[in-house]
Amino acid sequence: MAAEMDFTTPLPDKEHSLHLLHEMLRIRRFEEKSAELYSAGKIRGFLHLYIGEEAVAVGAIAALEADDAIVATYREHGHALVRGISANSIMAELYGKQEGCSHGRGGSMHLFDAATRFYGGNAIVGGGLPIAIGLALADKLQRRPRVTACFFGEGAVAEGEFHECMNLAALWKLPVLFCCENNLYAMGTALKRSESEVDLCLKATSYEIPAWPIDGMDVIACEDAARRAVLAVRSGEGPFFLEFRTYRFRAHSMYDPQLYRTKQEVEEWKQRDPIATLEQRMRENRNLDDDDLGLIETRVAAEIADAVEFAEAGSWEPVEALTRFVYSERAAR
Amino acid sequence: MTSQANLIRTTYREAMRQAIREAMQRDPRVFLMGEDVGRYGGSFAVSKGLLEEFGPERIRDTPLSESAFVGAGIGAAMGGMRPIVEIMTVNFSLLALDQIMNNAAAIHYMSGGQFNIPLVIRMTTGAGRQLAAQHSHSLEGWYAHIPGIKVLTPATLEDARGMLWTALEDPDPVLIFEHGSLYNMEGDLAADAGAVDIDKAVVRRPGTDLSLITYGGTLDKAIRAAGDLAAMGIDAEVIDLRTLRPLDTATIVDSVTRTHRAIIIDEGWRSGSISAEITARIMEHAFYELDAPIERICTAEAPMPYAKHLEDAALPQPAAIIEAARKMVKGDG
Amino acid sequence: MAEFRMPALGADMDSGKIIEWRIKPGDKVKRGDIVALVDTDKATIEVEVFENGIVESIVVPEGETVAVGTALAMIRGEAEAVAPRAPSPTPAAVHKPAPPSPAPSRAPLRAEPPSPPIAIVPPPAQAPAPARRSLRVSPLAMRVAMDLGVNLLSVKGTGPDGAITRKDVEGAAQAAAQTAAPAAAQAQPPAPRPGEAIKVVSMPRAPAAGDRQAAMRKAIAAAMGRSKREIPHYYLGTQIDMSAAMEWLRAENLNRPVTNRLLYSALLLKAVAIAVRQIPEMNGYWVDGVFKSSAAIHVGVAISLRQGGLIAPAIHDVDKLSLDEIMVSLRELVKRVRAGILRSSEIADATLTVTSLGEQGVETVFGIIYPPQVALVGFGRIVERPWADKGMVGARPVMTATLAADHRVSDGHRGGLFLAAIDRILREPQKL
Repeated sequence: MAAEMDFTTPLPDKEHSLHLLHEMLRIRRFEEKSAELYSAGKIRGFLHLYIGEEAVAVGAIAALEADDAIVATYREHGHALVRGISANSIMAELYGKQEGCSHGRGGSMHLFDAATRFYGGNAIVGGGLPIAIGLALADKLQRRPRVTACFFGEGAVAEGEFHECMNLAALWKLPVLFCCENNLYAMGTALKRSESEVDLCLKATSYEIPAWPIDGMDVIACEDAARRAVLAVRSGEGPFFLEFRTYRFRAHSMYDPQLYRTKQEVEEWKQRDPIATLEQRMRENRNLDDDDLGLIETRVAAEIADAVEFAEAGSWEPVEALTRFVYSERAAR
Repeated sequence: MTSQANLIRTTYREAMRQAIREAMQRDPRVFLMGEDVGRYGGSFAVSKGLLEEFGPERIRDTPLSESAFVGAGIGAAMGGMRPIVEIMTVNFSLLALDQIMNNAAAIHYMSGGQFNIPLVIRMTTGAGRQLAAQHSHSLEGWYAHIPGIKVLTPATLEDARGMLWTALEDPDPVLIFEHGSLYNMEGDLAADAGAVDIDKAVVRRPGTDLSLITYGGTLDKAIRAAGDLAAMGIDAEVIDLRTLRPLDTATIVDSVTRTHRAIIIDEGWRSGSISAEITARIMEHAFYELDAPIERICTAEAPMPYAKHLEDAALPQPAAIIEAARKMVKGDG
Repeated sequence: MAEFRMPALGADMDSGKIIEWRIKPGDKVKRGDIVALVDTDKATIEVEVFENGIVESIVVPEGETVAVGTALAMIRGEAEAVAPRAPSPTPAAVHKPAPPSPAPSRAPLRAEPPSPPIAIVPPPAQAPAPARRSLRVSPLAMRVAMDLGVNLLSVKGTGPDGAITRKDVEGAAQAAAQTAAPAAAQAQPPAPRPGEAIKVVSMPRAPAAGDRQAAMRKAIAAAMGRSKREIPHYYLGTQIDMSAAMEWLRAENLNRPVTNRLLYSALLLKAVAIAVRQIPEMNGYWVDGVFKSSAAIHVGVAISLRQGGLIAPAIHDVDKLSLDEIMVSLRELVKRVRAGILRSSEIADATLTVTSLGEQGVETVFGIIYPPQVALVGFGRIVERPWADKGMVGARPVMTATLAADHRVSDGHRGGLFLAAIDRILREPQKL
């Protein structure tokens, strides 16, 4: 197993560190609130929480430009928030209201936003990878220096599409940043029970794609690695593969008794909570005090409360509009 | 109206090639991607010569990765290109069914109308060359079940020449099914033949006694049967559906309202086929016009056998059409 | 006071059973604490609380199964006032917007039990079909049979599996009016073809016996309305001196037994048929925008029905029949009409129609042409009138003959000639 790249980079300046902390806390509190609302029956269907994995989305997306594209999975609330889709419109989407970012059509697993080039929200494991290489292909053919960041779990490496896409991306030197969020469990199946070769970076390099394993609980490491990789991709060197080693503190989805892992393992990983560890590191560097944190928490709480209120007040799409958007109403741009 | 002097002698294959060529000349966003479309010249020689004309960026050979390159077509279309994805045959399209059904057909809807997928997928379809069970499918009727995509079945030179441009202009994914037996079909085509509509059926042979409704590879069989029926004093109207989704219900109903009898010829397997859908629509809209139950001539419900006599017996044939029509019009006598 | 409710833990969870409480009244809880173990259909889940506070009471004991949303325990806020909660939906209606509820609930609420799964109820058993021979008729044939009054039970089918087709109905030998209830008329029936009566489209349901009259009236109304709308009628009338005809008839009938007596209607019909030979534009069909003249002359005779309504079945080849034969046909026709049994060919084949309301006392008849025919001849009551002839005035039996004709096919000149021909023919009855 490849050792994690040691990016013991110095802590960024206070402003940026506060920003990273703020972003992770936004995700954390949003997800906690979503859990509560799901239990109360406000959010329905499936709900896949990102709690514990915040550092990956925050770090990786910090390295992207506004014009880059993101393809994500059904565990994408955090990615959507960091990317710039408002908490209001995400929460409204979770409620199924038409003010949601997908017009209430998609729900938790299908968040889409054209303005921020957020291409879902995909519920088929591995299903987003071909789209990502297509977006990258379009950029390459149109000579645009854009990067497509494709997030997927480690479970996706078992799908044929993963291998097809890695091969094609490398063959055609497509500007894709493959971000594998390895949280060790594909629903209830541990990685070691489903892969003969658990070294994910090795799989990528077998396709001639440069690959790094990253400590996914360290947001600084995540951002640093992502910046370097994005630079390489944007310069036309072809795709890059980052394996973010992380852990989800909660179940796969809301309805999961977690019989496949021990409480002890969960507790061990909780010791490495990305938010707590950044907090601690910042305090040690005197970049954070209680007032700073209190301010962040207050702002985040307000943002989440606003989002809930917005969602509650939202409206239901009229039933007559059911077949709207099956086909386009206007010519493609 | 073009004069006689402006006709050119051509084949279905050449007409399709010219359609691709013209599209690529008119719109720099158009490119062709698929297995063996470049160096090999296309497995059915449709794209022969195009690599030399347009270069490897726009005539792209892909690895045997249907899911990846169909998905890449989806992503590229979302990213501003106008891809033509060629899946060698409908038999291999099943490997990309997830991308077609869960992405191409669904993203516009799931995203609340935010993203268009102006993608064209071309596939060869049909049986008749003793290629046995895995290479003889006719699944265009099956694809026509999916809302969010359009399904075309060009059966004439005009349609082979003219449907592609309209399909490329369409903001939604369009699947074009080319029956393998049609590529060598030869005939006269107007030199200035251009884009045609992709949402109307056409009466190829007007008649008064019954309506023969069909599409694609069986159109020719229906026309020949109609010729033989005329000699028997039965005047058959032949309708070429041209598109299976959307189905041109109005033309079908108008015909049956005049003739009061219908036989549907469909190379799909009978149960749950597009012929069943057409039967249902005729029943819904023209029940009181029917002077006889609707008949369907479909492929026998078995995986396609290799032996020629069995394959011939399995497929719809003019003799079966003639016999059914004779019984329907002249009665049991 | 806040309620801790049974959470929705999955898309298909309706209810849960409390396996174990991890808290008791008086315990302090904070957000995220596991407070209970809940058993659902699929799994046993540890359930967390989202409130900070002190457990006031346990509402649902261990071992009990309750619906999602049911209050399980009451949590009292610590020192602070309990913040108003976002109102939660009733268990069964999670997709409806929650009603605004400013005050927190005070008393423990038990939510309604979940609505039972919707049972698939088999459709109610159909009333047993009346015992009769099962009939295969195409919908089109059914419709045509209704229009023509054909009794389907007597029709032999030549369609697939012996099904009755339109052709069979049209060629059928007999019809039974009681089984052929006319259907409600549509506003625009399609253009009838030669050999078909005025077609009436659509049968929403089999009309009850009492509806038949209304239905027939409607059918007639629709047909007449359509005729008036589509056919450019022109009208001509002339007065015919019937003295020669009546005199000849009287003399003829002296030599005949009562049962064999000729009625003057037979003279009228024959006269019309002969006149048609001279002016063929009165005889035939307007179909698909052209007039198709008919070689055969089948005169439709308008017969009123006792229960109201009019029907105009044809006597075939009137020009070739003798007056006696016309009488026989007429008598037969009237008898069958009264009995409600007509042959479809009788109904369908008239090439022009004669209507005679003389018995009703009407002097002049202005009729409406039955499409696709192109002419209707009307004969009024024979009345004694003063008549000038060769400078002398006397009383003569006079009958007004009217012609309603299709202006697309003939004009007033030809119409006039036609009436003049009838006039001329009737003045020489011995030649009929």
